[in-house]
Amino acid sequence: MVETFACSFQATQLEARDGIGSVVDKLRALGLSETRAGEVQIALAEAVNNVVEHAYADRSPGDIRIRCNLENDQLWINIWDAGVPLPDSKLPLGNPADISGPIEDLPEGGFGWFLIRELTSDIHYQREEGANELSLCFDIEIKNC
Amino acid sequence: MSLTSTLTDAAQVVTVNAERIDAAMAIQFKEDMRTETEGGHSRIILDLSSVEFIDSSGLGAIVAAMKQLGSGRRLDLAGLTPVVEKVFRLTRMDTVFKLFPTLEEATAADVQ
Repeated sequence: MVETFACSFQATQLEARDGIGSVVDKLRALGLSETRAGEVQIALAEAVNNVVEHAYADRSPGDIRIRCNLENDQLWINIWDAGVPLPDSKLPLGNPADISGPIEDLPEGGFGWFLIRELTSDIHYQREEGANELSLCFDIEIKNC
Repeated sequence: MSLTSTLTDAAQVVTVNAERIDAAMAIQFKEDMRTETEGGHSRIILDLSSVEFIDSSGLGAIVAAMKQLGSGRRLDLAGLTPVVEKVFRLTRMDTVFKLFPTLEEATAADVQ
C-alpha cells in the first residue's frame, strides 16, 4: 500500500493548528491507531511550531508545505518552508531539558527537538534553494491490512 | 481560553474547557491561570480531562502556571488523556507534577 497526500498553509499559529489537525485526521482515516496518530501529532506539531516561531520569526509568515508518504510500515512526513535555516544549518541535538533543579528554575521551553527525536525513527534536514526541508520518519502498523 | 474554577475543602479545582493547550493559546492559558489562582487555596488541581492534545508550548505554560503560584502552593494534574500523558512522560515532567488518573482520585488524595 502506498498513500501520498499533501497540504499547505500559512505559517501562523492558528493555520498551523488546522493544518496539523487535517494531516492527523487523514492518517487516522488511513488506519493509524489512535495512539500512533497522537504520537505523530506531537512530533509534527513541534516541527511546525518551530517553523512558525523561528524560521519565519522576523518576517511575514510564508507558507508551510507538508507531504506525507505512507508506504508499507513507514510513514515519511516532509515539511518545507522558505524561512531562515536551522542554526548552523543542521539538526539540533535535542537533548532532554534539565528538570533537576528547584521549581523556580524549571524550563518552560526547549522540549521540542527532544520530543521530535524521541518519537521519530529517522530524521533528515536539508537546506536547498532558500528552503528548509525537514523529513520525519515513523514506523507504523496499519490496522486491517 | 476557558477555565472554570470550583473551590472545595481539599483544593481549588480549575477545569480546562478546551480540547487543546497549544502554541496558539499557551500565553492566554498562563495569564488566565494567573487570574484564576490569584490568592486562592494552597492546592490547585488542574482538571485536564477535556484536553486531548498538548504541545511543548502548552507544557511550558503549565510549568509557568505552577511557578507563578509561588512557594507554599502546589499544582496537581488530573484526568490526563493519553497524548497529554505521553508528553508529560517523555519530558519527565511526570516526575515534577503529581498526576492523577481522574479528578475524583485527585480530590480524594491526601497530599501534603
